[in-house]
Amino acid sequence: MLNYFANPRRFMKLSGILTPWMAGATLILAGAGLYLGLFASPADYQQGETVRIMYVHVPAAWMALFCYTGLAISAAVGLIWKHPVADVAARASAPIGACFTFLALFTGALWGKPMWGTWWVWDARLTSMLVLFFLYLGYMALNSAFDDPQRGTKASAILAMVGFVNVPIIKFSVDWWNTLHQPASILRMDGPTIHPDMLWPLFLMIGAATAYYLWVLMLRMRRELTEGRVRARRQIQAEEAGA
Amino acid sequence: MTGFRAILERDLRLALRQGMDSVMVVMFFVIAVVLFPLGVGPEPNTLARIAPGVLWVAALLSVLLSLERLFHNDFEDGSLELMALSPPSLEIVVLAKVLAHWLVTGLPLIIAAPVLAILMNMPADGFALLILALLLGTPALSLIGAVGAALVLGSRRGGVLLALLILPLFIPVLIFGVGAVEAAIGGFPARAPLLLLGAIFAATLALCPWGAAAGLRQALE
Repeated sequence: MLNYFANPRRFMKLSGILTPWMAGATLILAGAGLYLGLFASPADYQQGETVRIMYVHVPAAWMALFCYTGLAISAAVGLIWKHPVADVAARASAPIGACFTFLALFTGALWGKPMWGTWWVWDARLTSMLVLFFLYLGYMALNSAFDDPQRGTKASAILAMVGFVNVPIIKFSVDWWNTLHQPASILRMDGPTIHPDMLWPLFLMIGAATAYYLWVLMLRMRRELTEGRVRARRQIQAEEAGA
Repeated sequence: MTGFRAILERDLRLALRQGMDSVMVVMFFVIAVVLFPLGVGPEPNTLARIAPGVLWVAALLSVLLSLERLFHNDFEDGSLELMALSPPSLEIVVLAKVLAHWLVTGLPLIIAAPVLAILMNMPADGFALLILALLLGTPALSLIGAVGAALVLGSRRGGVLLALLILPLFIPVLIFGVGAVEAAIGGFPARAPLLLLGAIFAATLALCPWGAAAGLRQALE
């Protein structure tokens, strides 16, 4: 399985088929989720209409963690098995994850102002999300800091694995510490605590965000692999012209 | 073990003969702390309130400042490659260099901290805990920093990059370090934050040498 996808050409073929499907899935899921979330679902008895921010905030926060997990796993696979496509996947995940993290922080602030009365509080969940954002930025900075791109890939892969300690801290920060942020309400041992009318649009939006990530990830990876091929072709041409 | 001692002694001797390293770090620490009364205003109660945080942040930045040189000179003149080829594993080399780094920079900071705490008008209840927390926290900072210092070897703009990579990872040490001192000042038990600091130290001691050694290996390739 791992070896099967180590061949960039095979990946290009498969992703060529999958990319339009992911694009379609993103549009359909986001369309349905937004309609249900913004128009068809009831306002919260306590939060009023601001509850609708949740339909963007929760998927973004979920994807921030999901992308980092994907990034760390790809980095580990690339480092351990010297897997070329995994390296590309790790590099391509970082900017997407950073955007989702920013979106989660931003929508959280927009929601926090009317509900908590403040844009920002320094509690465990918010702080650890901010750290995650810095980890993404550090990963991208380290990745591009070397003249030899191979070194950047390896150094940032190690950093990604070190930074992974933050992911469980974020997930469990609301349980370990007394925070202003509400505790988990979907992934719980005794079932979700949200009414189905709100749960459905939320699930649809999470699905949309995941499909969007896969879609953009494949686009970015395809671009980078194509770029590498163009560069190799040019090099050969230049050498032939010189000889 | 002989390899560990040899590298430790070599690094300490180099630091002592070139002299300025410890002095510079402590000077930076002092000046960074002194800026706060000038910036915030010399009102004693305000200073006492922010003293633990200011001391910890300044200590953190001082460690960061010295970290860039942890492997840099040895990498430039090639001695790091010889160390990698020598019998002790690279993890042991990292541990020896981190210990030397802590003795040269971390320990002087801890000695200077109580003096600065007096300047910052920190309540006397916090002094013992401040030293204890720094004793547990600064080695962890050196260990985490070693990973970053190994990763940025040979990069463009190493110093700034190192700060970007390492400071987010320093945050837990900062939180629990300040937490311990503030608990002691407020009259609460400081056991929990101290235990967490100890846990961070133990975890970094076990894990960071591997990470730093992996970073050095790919830098030497």
